[in-house]
Amino acid sequence: PLSTRCCGPPGAAPAMNCRAEVLEVSVEGRQVEEAMLAVLHTVLLHRSTGKFHYKKEGTYSIGTVGTQDVDCDFIDFAYVRVSSEELDRALRKAVGEFKDALRGSGSDGMGQISLEFYQKKKSRWPFSDECIPWELWTIKVNVVNLANEQERQICREKVGEKLCEKIINIVEVMNRHEYLPKMPTQSEVDNVFDTSLKDVQPYLYKISYQITDSLGTSVTTTMRRLIKDTLAL
Amino acid sequence: AMDTDLSSQDRKDLDKFIKFFALKTVQVIVQARLGEKICTRSSSSPTGSDWFNLAIKDIPEVTHEAKKALAGQLPAVGRSMCVEISLKTSEGDSMELEIWCLEMNEKCDKEIKVSYTVYNRLSLLLKSLLAITRVTPAYRLSRKQGHEYVILYRIYFGEVQLSGLGEGFQTVRVGTVGTPVGTITLSCAYRINLAFMSTRQFERTPPIMGIIIDHFVDRPYPSSSPMHPCNYRAGEDNGAVYPSVEDSQEVCTTSFSTSPPSQCVFTVTKAHFQTPPPVVTDTLKVPVMGLAFSHQLSSSRLSYQPAALGVGSADMGYPVLFAGGLNAAHPHQLIGPGKEGGVPPIPSQPAHGTQADQERMCTPLDGVHYSAATPSSSEDTETVSNSSEGKCGSPHDLLETIFVRKVGAFVNKPINQVTMANLDIPFAMFAPKNVELEDNDPMVNPPDSPETESPLQGSLHSEGSSGSSTGNTHDDFVMIDFKPAFSKDDILPMDLGTFYREFQNPPQLSSLSIDIGAQSMAEDLDSLPEKLAVHEKNVKEFDAFVETLQ
Repeated sequence: PLSTRCCGPPGAAPAMNCRAEVLEVSVEGRQVEEAMLAVLHTVLLHRSTGKFHYKKEGTYSIGTVGTQDVDCDFIDFAYVRVSSEELDRALRKAVGEFKDALRGSGSDGMGQISLEFYQKKKSRWPFSDECIPWELWTIKVNVVNLANEQERQICREKVGEKLCEKIINIVEVMNRHEYLPKMPTQSEVDNVFDTSLKDVQPYLYKISYQITDSLGTSVTTTMRRLIKDTLAL
Repeated sequence: AMDTDLSSQDRKDLDKFIKFFALKTVQVIVQARLGEKICTRSSSSPTGSDWFNLAIKDIPEVTHEAKKALAGQLPAVGRSMCVEISLKTSEGDSMELEIWCLEMNEKCDKEIKVSYTVYNRLSLLLKSLLAITRVTPAYRLSRKQGHEYVILYRIYFGEVQLSGLGEGFQTVRVGTVGTPVGTITLSCAYRINLAFMSTRQFERTPPIMGIIIDHFVDRPYPSSSPMHPCNYRAGEDNGAVYPSVEDSQEVCTTSFSTSPPSQCVFTVTKAHFQTPPPVVTDTLKVPVMGLAFSHQLSSSRLSYQPAALGVGSADMGYPVLFAGGLNAAHPHQLIGPGKEGGVPPIPSQPAHGTQADQERMCTPLDGVHYSAATPSSSEDTETVSNSSEGKCGSPHDLLETIFVRKVGAFVNKPINQVTMANLDIPFAMFAPKNVELEDNDPMVNPPDSPETESPLQGSLHSEGSSGSSTGNTHDDFVMIDFKPAFSKDDILPMDLGTFYREFQNPPQLSSLSIDIGAQSMAEDLDSLPEKLAVHEKNVKEFDAFVETLQ
């Protein structure tokens, strides 16, 4: 199967065996962060496990994942996320940058943020490791501007309802029990999971985003830092 | 013949997984309807008691109810475990909101690994359940419960009954997990027609014993309806009240093997725990007032009798949880079946769903005592098979008063008769007594000029002077006689009047200003050609950047 080097420009077509899901939301500017966090956290809730503890004979035990409710301030909505401050911070950082980019000049309020789960495949020197995505979630965002408080109130409710639908969609996909990376041995665990967090263990993921400028063409604005960090090259 | 394909160890494991999955499912659903935000901690070291590697607390009473409903059986074809969520108003009207169904169908997946894949998928399904329980309409309703209505749950086992959901109910599937003995499915059917409040489409059921109870009577009495309240103050329970798992705490110690999957090692050890089961208090943000059943439900409990419980005959439940309302005048009383007469013992049908009332989220103004709800009273007279459940100690020993307040507003009287003296507020002694609240409320009838006699005058104003001159500078009115709670000056340096004035005239939001909006858009449009030129000029740089990423 074709594999895509994950070092390629974000937004490149995923590998043939990479599942891709697209969600679309229209939100008001101040709702962008919460809506993105709700979706990303819901996906990561399903794509994180407890920390693995390897023991002798190739067995391992799994830590416990806690969860917590998050209420949105600008949307009539609440969601559940994994109880991990590190993970929350990482997501907030990415979403914050996305929001700033959306608000920046050159944007007409349209963009998309992508959450990609990948596996690392070690290559022999001199080739660098390959990253093979196996699941890609893309959230397309359209920022709307509202004129008055009444519209804002309606928007609060409507976006809340829309997000409920998105959560149901996400759960449907998760329930298909499609491909998931095989549980790794101790030596392979960092090729499958992000083991850098202290309390939970999500599958290796990276977040990237694109902003559509007013002319309708995509200008990739992924921060180099984001890429470098997640690739840990 | 199909079962012989499954090793007996696998079969035992599978049964155990399904059983604990069912119990955890009930916990997640009920906890999601408590009206509070749930928060549990992640722990990198497995504790051995966190089933499915998820931190889901076990409210003992909920587990108890679930086990009672299951009565040792597991969901199977035609035998589903259902958690019914309903709403009950303070007038006693009730309505079913959701039915969560854990079902089993015949489709078997013979190839699947029980101790590994099934277990992990069940864990994933519980995560989905956590997510889905927040997106059905009942979630928002349950977050707002307290004054006008409460949310109740009922667990039953057997055939799914959806008729109480009204027309056009919707279904959402949470997920499925295939196992060698069938496919587990978890779904929710929920009412979408929530207009009952105005149209009163449901019926009020007649009081069971012909007693007419005033809603707000400060008097405990037995609940004959088997509904349970969703919010609990279960923290005070200890193991003596409910064994959380039959006979002993079953520890789920999971070990997985990464050598060829067929060598999965899964150990489940059964340990005898003397320690109390996990209590809910430290994670659930249970309101200070704790719970229990507020009196306001008392009448509805008596009058409520579910029209169709789906299975079994007269499901006269017994109050599983609650403590009678308490206040200074009444001693602690626990209601138990038989104590007030007329409540029949529980039939031992497994399908019997038990219901007890829901208690509300109390606010300080409810002003009644709440004590730890314990099921102990009902345990004593319970005749349900499950003799392995331990006997509990005297209910009175287990009661703890969470909060002690005088009978407060909205109890025993319609709202307008609440007097200032009944409000448990600071400086209540300074408030005029026995005056109609409305008449006295300066918000309604602002005083013309500030009075200087009130000893509070000085403390309410930031200058702290006892003079009244500061009062004259306020445009509107000054709160003098009305002593709002928490207005002590050591806590809030700003007085309520100033605050009120300020927030009444907030500055215009800059984002609402049309000029600025139009201006920035114009600027954006103008700057586009320049930006394009710049980008074109830097094409080489971009390309180089892309190169470095390869």
